Amino acid sequence: MAADKFALFLGCVAPLRYPGIEKATRELFKALGYDLKEMTGAGCCPAPGVIRSFDQATWLALAARNLCIAEKQGCDILTICNGCYGSLYEANHMLQEDPELLKKVNMILAEVGMKYEGKVHVRHFADVLFKDIGIEKMKQKFTKPLSYNVAVHYGCHFSRPTKIKHIDDPERPHVLDELVEWTGAKSIPYADKNMCCGAGGGVRSRDAKFALSFTETKLKNMKAVNAQFIIDVCPFCHLQFDRGQKDLPGYDIPVIHLAQLYGLALGLPESSLGLEAHEIKVTL
Amino acid sequence: MSNVKIPDPDFAQSVIDAGGKTLDLCYQCGTCTGSCPSGRTTAFRTRQLIRKAQLGLKDDILPSEDLWMCTTCYSCVERCPRDVDIVDIIILMRNMAVQKGYMAEDHKKVGLSLLKSGHTVPASDKLKALRVSMGLSENPPTTLADPQAMADFKKIMAKTGFEKLIGGA
Repeated sequence: MAADKFALFLGCVAPLRYPGIEKATRELFKALGYDLKEMTGAGCCPAPGVIRSFDQATWLALAARNLCIAEKQGCDILTICNGCYGSLYEANHMLQEDPELLKKVNMILAEVGMKYEGKVHVRHFADVLFKDIGIEKMKQKFTKPLSYNVAVHYGCHFSRPTKIKHIDDPERPHVLDELVEWTGAKSIPYADKNMCCGAGGGVRSRDAKFALSFTETKLKNMKAVNAQFIIDVCPFCHLQFDRGQKDLPGYDIPVIHLAQLYGLALGLPESSLGLEAHEIKVTL
Repeated sequence: MSNVKIPDPDFAQSVIDAGGKTLDLCYQCGTCTGSCPSGRTTAFRTRQLIRKAQLGLKDDILPSEDLWMCTTCYSCVERCPRDVDIVDIIILMRNMAVQKGYMAEDHKKVGLSLLKSGHTVPASDKLKALRVSMGLSENPPTTLADPQAMADFKKIMAKTGFEKLIGGA
């Protein structure tokens, strides 16, 4: 589909908890010359850990509805959240691979006058920056070199399951570290870097304390290397680290989504980054 | 003899039929358990859950806490030497548990939020004000700002039976 436009999928946590992630993404892609179309009337992706665990058929039908909205606009989907990326990518993969399943889902969508043809690609914004934009073009846009030492958190659904997604190595990922270092910041290694934040799979909503035990392990390892910020590409991991630290005495590491970090490097005013929504104060 | 567990081969077959075609491939090496962050600090054993599924120990699985310990991080799936779709199988069994009425109250709340607004988290006045101050629309241009889209969203959830399943009907 058209190379210079995307349908922007917002999801839930970014627009409703950390609008700075949404704002920074809009500004970033505008600066890169993209036309981001509104997915008017889209809903939750729906969330892979909760809704898919409750009823996969509902999850698939609602995901297909979101895919239809982008298909009608003739656009591929741009996601800013690993969860949205995971749900929409996997649902799309299932529908594109299984014509019988697509037929079944289209029977449900017919209730609301929709039909999915299977033409949309679902992209993660970090993958677009890495593959479609590249370091040269990106560096031309940066106006403010950064010098932070940061801990990169990939989040599980960025690259996994790798047998259907093909954007990074499951055991030794490098894409986000490189994207961070394009800004001048340094991605510092830390123990158990690929571990989950604890929020996914419906664990955060069902057993917050257990989810926090994951978060604490990660924070301990990030603190041990004196990370100034946690950099993520998923508003749900973002929320888990940011709000989680309120319940974990002794930790105070601000959390920044990659779109916000890129907004900083582009020289966007701080007011465009929505940092006041963060529980852990971000001092730049 | 009350501890004797009765396998139900129909259950294993129902998991396979629902999409867990790789269930039978597991040869119990335990790579999944060794890779699982949930199993590090708890008694949750991924390998054991898959074995129980193969044996059809339905009554052990469906009411269990274990079924909900997985964060769907896919560490096990990435490393499984038999390409068992472990996370998919766990999700399918969660669907079966929910059908049987095993669902945490907090999970019901998430489902009800989806039914109400099309989103899994509620909007708040504070965040609306922040959105406006940043030059964003008060509500994102989603089901929250479009009653017709919300009606369609609900229609789909009624059609798939989700409304009934969550107890929102």
